[in-house]
Amino acid sequence: MADVEPLLSASGLALERGGRQLFSGLSVAVRPGQLVQVEGANGAGKTSLLRILAGLSRHGFEGRVTRSAPLLFLGHHPAVKGLLTPRENLRWHPAGEGSHDDSAIEAALAAVGLYGYEDVPAHSLSAGQHRRVNLARLYLSTSPLWLLDEPFTAIDRDGVAALQALFVSHAERGGAVLFTSHQPLAVSYRVDAVVLGAELAA
Amino acid sequence: MSGAPGALTFAGRLLRRQLTLALRRPVAVFNPLLFFAMVVALFPLGLGPAPDRLADFAPGILWIIALLANLLSAEGLFRSDFEDGSLEQLLLSPQPLYLSVLAYVLAHWLLTGVLLAVIAPLFAVMLNLPAAALPVLVASLLLGSGVLSFVGSIGAALTVGLRRGGMLIALLVLPFYMPVLIFGAGAVEAGLAGLPVAPFLAILGALFSLAAALGPFAIGAGLRISVDA
Repeated sequence: MADVEPLLSASGLALERGGRQLFSGLSVAVRPGQLVQVEGANGAGKTSLLRILAGLSRHGFEGRVTRSAPLLFLGHHPAVKGLLTPRENLRWHPAGEGSHDDSAIEAALAAVGLYGYEDVPAHSLSAGQHRRVNLARLYLSTSPLWLLDEPFTAIDRDGVAALQALFVSHAERGGAVLFTSHQPLAVSYRVDAVVLGAELAA
Repeated sequence: MSGAPGALTFAGRLLRRQLTLALRRPVAVFNPLLFFAMVVALFPLGLGPAPDRLADFAPGILWIIALLANLLSAEGLFRSDFEDGSLEQLLLSPQPLYLSVLAYVLAHWLLTGVLLAVIAPLFAVMLNLPAAALPVLVASLLLGSGVLSFVGSIGAALTVGLRRGGMLIALLVLPFYMPVLIFGAGAVEAGLAGLPVAPFLAILGALFSLAAALGPFAIGAGLRISVDA
């Protein structure tokens, strides 16, 4: 698998925050078919690493990042507007990526358990349902690489299982997922790990 | 599954999104109008109700209020998108940022500048501005408020990450508002005096073209800095 061109590669990454060296000399390569879990204690720099890899942070770190495929990034904030319905949130999504036709949006919302909520103003939905509207983007996505920051937060047990199954099918189709999470994935698929803060503990 | 939408289709979607969001919270749309109405109603009380004195001051008064109303509404242009993560998504989008930013500014211009320009004749009559000067008032406000929206958006993009950016944005953008104020009010004065107004409107039009051509680059760069910090 090592001979396949990586979708994303980074080398020599080093980041310092508030006088603390979060990581240094970190290299990451994500190839098609890979599931990569970023692990580390709170404050170990998982979110910072994801923002660097996604290209949201462009300054203040060392190393270089090469992105060779379109990517989808889901951060801590769900980017769901309370004044819009879930359908409108997806149709007019500012990421401008993926499928936008109505039947695909309905199918994606049904897949995340929001069947019947398509045209309800999102401010009447719960926090977990907001996260689910955001996760529906995964079903519409056409990007091979997904960067997901804590995708399981506020998602119930069945939702987590469905999400993990989606990761596997995405990887089997030649995509790749790099995600941060504290819980291990319950899937029969190889999951690679990037552990932050390991050298400090050792 | 269809692929990503075309650049213009996407910009059109963003514009619809912004307009829908604004119209579902009409208070935000009416606030600048209410501000306009209040200040216009206060001036005759402060200056005295002598009709010819009000008419003398009317071009300047109307233009200053339009400028302040624009400044007040520009501040929040990117605020909610910054807070809920939509801005991150916009910056990561494969779509050209130039057109996306243009959609945001266009929505802001339609909801403040164009709306104020359309309502302005009503307020102008309250200040006894002669009817002959009304067309040039509307034309100068239409062009000038476009420039104000672009310049104000640059300030909004740079200060969106700050908790209290209100005063800073005023300091940043007010100097750039001055030419618009001078030529805008000048156009109405010229119209009042029966002088040719075309040169004033041409300068406003040139400023508008310049702002539309270069402004989105500055706004995009400002947004990147704010999200990076």
